[in-house]
Amino acid sequence: MKITILSSDEMTRVLTRISHEILERNRGAKGIVIVGIQTGGVYLAQRLARRIEKIEGTLPPTGTLDITLYRDDLAGRHAYPELKKTDLPFDMNGKKVVLVDDVLFTGRTIRAAMDSLIDLGRPKEIQLAVLVDRGHRELPIRADYVGKNLPTAFHEKVDVLLEEAGAEDLVILNRIQNPDK
Amino acid sequence: MSSLKRNDILALSEMDREEIDLILQTAESFREVSTREIKKVPALRGKTVVNLFFEPSTRTRTSFELAGKRLSADVINISSSGSSTAKGETLLDTARNIEAMSADFIIVRHASSGVPHFLARSLQSAVINAGDGANEHPSQGLLDLFTIKENKGTLEGLKVVIVGDILHGRVAHSDIHGLKKYGADIHLVGPPTLIPSGIEQWGVKVHYHLDQALSGADVIILLRLQLERQGGGYFPTLREYSQLYGLNRRRLALASSDVLVMHPGPINRGVEVTSEVADGLSSVILQQVSNGVAVRMALLFLLSGGKHV
Repeated sequence: MKITILSSDEMTRVLTRISHEILERNRGAKGIVIVGIQTGGVYLAQRLARRIEKIEGTLPPTGTLDITLYRDDLAGRHAYPELKKTDLPFDMNGKKVVLVDDVLFTGRTIRAAMDSLIDLGRPKEIQLAVLVDRGHRELPIRADYVGKNLPTAFHEKVDVLLEEAGAEDLVILNRIQNPDK
Repeated sequence: MSSLKRNDILALSEMDREEIDLILQTAESFREVSTREIKKVPALRGKTVVNLFFEPSTRTRTSFELAGKRLSADVINISSSGSSTAKGETLLDTARNIEAMSADFIIVRHASSGVPHFLARSLQSAVINAGDGANEHPSQGLLDLFTIKENKGTLEGLKVVIVGDILHGRVAHSDIHGLKKYGADIHLVGPPTLIPSGIEQWGVKVHYHLDQALSGADVIILLRLQLERQGGGYFPTLREYSQLYGLNRRRLALASSDVLVMHPGPINRGVEVTSEVADGLSSVILQQVSNGVAVRMALLFLLSGGKHV
């Protein structure tokens, strides 16, 4: 059974709210860079940056981060996720980095992203914004900005569809019976 | 999800375009790593790469070594002069001993064609051919494709002129196999003694006069005159070779205005190419070297899933 968690309009409001929260917490857009995690976070990072520009008048720099090379499950895999671009066209030293991802789940992706960022420079601060927090953390990680808290079962799937990827903006939860039961 | 269809990289002749595309695309992402301040990612932490070189090499060995190290693998180098081969150990015994020390990758260069294939059949480790006799040098072929694609945007329909010793040219063989899969228009030039008879069957055009072949060329790949393999008296003198087949400024002007000049190195300056051209604006020779590290990182990364059983 597929359940709509966020409609297109709701997603717009959620992203606008997160933009305001980022600005409120950091007292403006100064020193902020927004980094989207490949692939789900990239478009969301760009949207947040554009909204912040609308509100504040300045467009924060954006970048993309591929965490594949930092995954903790590379050993023993036979097929790898496709390697995507890491592109951070700014000096990260001393910046406040807002990491953006679509779904926060076990936290392992965020661990990899933080390790990768720290290899690339020394940000003053790393903050985390996610569209959906679905729980089931396996590491002590939490988000600073959450679009929607969504209780799920571990085996269920959350899909984030975005206009930029050729879909209609939508967040869907696939409610499925636990196959182990 | 993506992966190669093979556990070893032995020859471009046996790979299809889809696989080569995957390697080139992965290399594109790895190039960025070499531009970072900290040129290292943890992807191959705990893996061991052994460079097993039975022939001298600086560029290729260093390139594989850097590729492994930038992926956090442990890399060791074994060259034939300092190894037990000098004490009479067989090739297979040497390789088995290395494998017994849990090497995940064995990068092998050997004067005999087919050695990497033989090791790949006998060992569990992933084997990468770093040049086997006069057969192939697949990682060089791949980095040549990468460099051409990077500069020209495509490989399709380009006129590529390969100049020099095609007979002993493992680089030429890998280049031809790779370029053919992308529909390049391939022309070979060299002294008749250094062009194998019947090579036209590979779908290439053969010339014996450099000036004729160069007209409208998009890419010129110069091969190193392998002075160590010229015992057979294939041409009278180096001086004659350079007059007939050396690339100079006058000849370069015959090619297309945005022609790329490539050379796998090491250059015999004044023989295959004048210094003026080797260091000129058309030359992408050092770009080939930088790209080599990215391509070899891609190979190690894509093979690191281990043997598919």
